[in-house]
Order: sequence, then C-alpha cells, then structure tokens
Amino acid sequence: MQIREPYFSKVFKPVVFVLALLPLALLGWGVWQDTLGANPIETITRSLGEWTLRFLLLTLLLSTLRRATGWVQGIRLRRMLGLFAFFYGVLHLLSYLWLDQFFDWAEIWYDIVERPFITVGMLAFVLMTPLALTSFKAAIRKLGRNWQGLHTLIYPLTALGVLHFWWLADSKARTDMPLIYTVLLAVLLGERLWRWSVPRFSKIPVTH
Amino acid sequence: LPLLAQAKSPFSITDEPTPYEDIISYNNFIELAQGKTAPAKRADKLRTSPWSVAVDGECAKPGKLSLEDILKQNPTEERIYSLRCVEGWSMVIPWLGFPLADLLKRFEPTSKAKFVRFETLYDPEQMPGQKDRSYDWPYVEGLRIDEAMHPLTLMATGLYGKNLPGQNGAPLRLVVPWKYGFKSAKSIVRISFVEQMPTSLWMATVPDEYGFYANVNPEVSHPRWSQRKERRIGEFRKRDTLMFNGYADQVASLYSSMDLRENF
Repeated sequence: MQIREPYFSKVFKPVVFVLALLPLALLGWGVWQDTLGANPIETITRSLGEWTLRFLLLTLLLSTLRRATGWVQGIRLRRMLGLFAFFYGVLHLLSYLWLDQFFDWAEIWYDIVERPFITVGMLAFVLMTPLALTSFKAAIRKLGRNWQGLHTLIYPLTALGVLHFWWLADSKARTDMPLIYTVLLAVLLGERLWRWSVPRFSKIPVTH
Repeated sequence: LPLLAQAKSPFSITDEPTPYEDIISYNNFIELAQGKTAPAKRADKLRTSPWSVAVDGECAKPGKLSLEDILKQNPTEERIYSLRCVEGWSMVIPWLGFPLADLLKRFEPTSKAKFVRFETLYDPEQMPGQKDRSYDWPYVEGLRIDEAMHPLTLMATGLYGKNLPGQNGAPLRLVVPWKYGFKSAKSIVRISFVEQMPTSLWMATVPDEYGFYANVNPEVSHPRWSQRKERRIGEFRKRDTLMFNGYADQVASLYSSMDLRENF
C-alpha cells in the first residue's frame, strides 16, 4: 500500500491529524451539551486517559505494520501520533490536577505516595515528557544515536500506563478494557522481541 | 406530587437533593452490570413483582413475607439522606422507606442474633451481571444487630416519591447512611439473624480493601481512594468528607470502644 505524493502529506496526514483531535472535540461537545452523565469530571478524566493509551499503542503499531505489511509511509505519522499521546496525557493529568483535585497539592501528594495506581500513572507521564521534548529535528540531530535509546522508553512507559489502568479497577472486577490493552501491547512487544531474537527472519532492522 | 403525602422525618438532612435523573442514571449495581451508566440500561429484565423476603435464623418467628404484606405493615416516610460511595462521590437522596428495626422486631430475634445478614436476589437471567463468575454470588452484606436496629437504618422502597427503579435496588433495599454505599444491600430476598459475623461479598472478594464495618471515615483511606474528600454529584469542587458521613452525633457511640482503623 502506498499513497501517492502529494496526497499523503497534503491530504492523508492532515486527515489523521483532524481525526486525532476528534476525541477532544467530542468531550468538548459533551460538556457543552451536558451529555457526559452525572459525574462529567470522572468521564473527562477517564476518557482522556484512555485516549493517551490508545495513541501510545497506535504509535507502537506503525513500525509493526511496516514490518508486517511493508507499508513504510506509516512511519511518517509516528511523531505526530506520539505527540498526540503526550497531548492527551497532558490533558489527562491536567483534568486530574485541576478538575478532580482543584490543585489541592497536599491531597495530590498523598495520592502519589499512597495510591500505587496514581504512582505508576505519574511515572509513566514523567517518562513520556522527555520523548515529547526531543521529538523535533534539532533534538534528533543533536542526540544522534542516543535518540534511539532514549525513545525505547516508550515500551516501559506504555506498560506503566496499562498497569495504571489495571490498578484503577477493582482487583477482581471484570476488566475488559485493561485486558484488551494488555493483549495489544503484548502483541506489539512480542513482535519486536521475536524479530530481535530471530534476526534471520527479519529483513528490516528493529526500530520502534 | 405523592412526595407531599409522606411524613417529614426529623432524621432528614436539609441539603439540596441530587437531581432525580442523576440518582437513577449513575449507579453501582454489579449484579446488573459493571460501570456507572450500564446498570440503568440493564434494569429492564428485573421482575420486582411478585417479590417476597425470607426471614430466618436466630429468631422466634421465622417466615416469608410478600412485598405487599411488608408494605402494609410498615408505612413509609420520606428520609433525605446523604449517600457516600466508597469511590469518593456522594449524593443527597430523598428516600421513601421505613425503619429496618420495625420489620426485624416482628420476627422476634433471640439473644443469639448478634448480626443480621442480607442477601440480594440471585438470578442471572434477571441480573445479567451475575453471569460474571469472578464473584462468589449471591451478594451478601451484614450489619451488627445494634446497627440494624438503629433508628437511622432504613429499608427503602422508593425515592423522590416514586417506587425504586431497578438500578437503585428495587423493590426493597437497605440504606445505612453512615456507611459506604456498598453496605446498603439492594433487591433483598433474604434476611438472616446470625450469631457469627457474616462475610460480605466484598470482604470475600477483596479482603484488604473492604472490611465488615465500612463506616465513612475521612481518616482511614481505601487503597485506591483517599476518603478525606468527596465529590457531591452536581458540584464542581470537592467537599470534605465528614466522620460517619455527618451522622457522628447519632452513631459514634456504637463504636466507642473500637479501633476504627483496624475495624475498617
């Protein structure tokens, strides 16, 4: 599959960009129309968190797709989708700090130290920040080979994000969504592990 | 409005009640479905008529009562109570109901009746959430006999002057306003007087998160939720959670000799 230029950069990529903003637009619409239920702050915080995870998994999916289908162009969406993951992560954190806790720093600190699901969520966000800050051309050039190493952080931070979601739920409650994300992440990481451990099957070297 | 026909209770609080729509659309009722909005959508299969409640165990006059008989014997009144969920949100609900003690006394509990055990209907056809085998159904909750006999403890049959909707625990549910909401068993079919402390479904499922007492207590946090504050549904800023959910004057004496951190 190959999308001809200039359609890829002039049409396909902008369409993906607009689609990626859709979850935020729908939440905004929901606030305006008051359709987010009895506890809109909970709905907003959870939705933004789930979209952070979805964009992280989509970012990881692109290079798997390239290796599985030979669709090289997808890689050119990777930075954009990765930055959208960070964008939704920032909004998720903000909705927690502002809408949920109203900047009650003592309460927030207790949450971070006392509640493991908040601890790992914060850690995932901390790990995501340098990746977003070094996703520009100047930083990529400056970091050279180290850039690649730094950006392998996406694996542990996505895993922490999934764990954050698991630990939010009841220990034994039916947990369909965390399970789905776990399976997706396992497939994406498993594919990399498989290529890496059996290099002769792989024509394309493993990058993210 | 039928609401006006109900006697006003001195036990009611004066806070503004949460809108009816919010009370019937934001529920925890895992027997119907997981999640907050799903229970209301799955409540249509629940058949609340005919309905009866079996009362057994340590009492002189065990028996089975139909809902009609229960309602005939126990005139309802309106009680506006605050409901505090363990998850950190709260509502103000104008319940219709009668004191649980009035119902229990008819069965003449003996001196061996130290606790009361409540059981929710188990029927996966009517309550699709019960098809989830990761819980040990039926839903069981329990109270110490003095908690069950306390004048604040209500058996609710309605809210906002109407019959209870399925998702709120129709046709008969417990309301224990100084405890977290999950203590208030819904759609009750069996009440048993017992000598030993009953093990609730939540105690059996997640013993480190849920204890028997589950009194609202801002000083004792849950592993996943700080209990210092709560979001009142419909309000933006959180408010401080009060000891025993604001009912300390009436109930603190029940626990005067207990370590509430240990007996969480």
